[in-house]
Amino acid sequence: MRLRRSMLFVPGSSAASLSTAFVFKPDSVMFDLEDAVSLREKDAARLLVFHALQQPLYDGIERVVRINPLDTPFGHDDLQAAIRGGADTIRLPKTDTPEQVRELEAAVERIERDCGREVGSTHLMAAIESASGVVNALAIAQASPRITGIALAGFDYVMDMQTQRGDGTELFYARCAVLHAARAAKIDCYDVVFSDLDDEEGFLKEVDLIKRLGFNGKSLINPRQIELLHNAYAPTQEEMDYARRVVAAAEKAEKQGLGVIAMGGKMIDGPVVDNARRVLDRAAASGLRKE
Amino acid sequence: MLLKQEALAGTLESSDLFIRITPSDDPLEIVIESEVLHQFGKQIRATVEEVLDHLGVTTGTLIIQDKGALDCTIRARVQAAVMRAAGETTLDWEALK
Repeated sequence: MRLRRSMLFVPGSSAASLSTAFVFKPDSVMFDLEDAVSLREKDAARLLVFHALQQPLYDGIERVVRINPLDTPFGHDDLQAAIRGGADTIRLPKTDTPEQVRELEAAVERIERDCGREVGSTHLMAAIESASGVVNALAIAQASPRITGIALAGFDYVMDMQTQRGDGTELFYARCAVLHAARAAKIDCYDVVFSDLDDEEGFLKEVDLIKRLGFNGKSLINPRQIELLHNAYAPTQEEMDYARRVVAAAEKAEKQGLGVIAMGGKMIDGPVVDNARRVLDRAAASGLRKE
Repeated sequence: MLLKQEALAGTLESSDLFIRITPSDDPLEIVIESEVLHQFGKQIRATVEEVLDHLGVTTGTLIIQDKGALDCTIRARVQAAVMRAAGETTLDWEALK
């Protein structure tokens, strides 16, 4: 299971950021060729990202590239750089319809064939940034077997809704809709960026909310938030002890060929075992929660 | 690749490098300034020459101010400078290894 708690945005035009972002150990790093790159640097950023992707520095970290939309003059060239460079995942911004995902899928497959990369090896992630995207979230999430996750992007979404960021009420429906779409499609789901870098308390409050809602993690623009986020997602000692007992009971039942898993005289369902395994994965990745 | 105009690429920020490329009819001249020239000068020059060779650049002048760029950054910046100098907007990805 791949953990997707943190996706760190790295401007594709910044050689310094591309050379150092791996030290912060995010679960995913997202090299951005879209909003973070000015029009006159699009060509150079594409080359920087193409070469950075091929460095061993990012081994063990999911390498995502946010391309420009395919209906811009940059999108298809970005895709060439990302796929030929070896990106694990392409993040499509401003995804409003499943047709956009299918168009991306076809373009990705053409490039994979052209450059000799295994067809199907490039994953896709759709960013939902509008009311249309939220309404179509399930169709988008199910548009391609390559989709491993969808992400809600808050800024453009609240603009489209003619409102602004506040206490989270403005995002409540979108969060729930996008998250339900992801879960129904059995893929991961990322929450929005928290942009007030000095408000640690507000960040942790938001992380607590999105963790309880069920998000896998958040998109981030500041590496300082990674450790806070990972710690918030780390299990407590009590949660880990319980998860170990559940997994042990499941393994025992499997060895004995029993169809029913029991612990302390109570039956345990499959999803409880799956959740226990996720808890152990999180503990292995970042240890126990530091209070 | 034929260089048609002067072009710039990169920045003077740490971990980057700044390149000025100028077309001429004279054989290729590469000038490198770097705080780590003593340690990595040969390596930087070898990378630059390899990239230029792949792109078929045999004439012109490159002035490079290195600020501790990784090999991958050097490759990207030289390629960007050459593409801009050649006025190329369509990349031959096979030539950009």
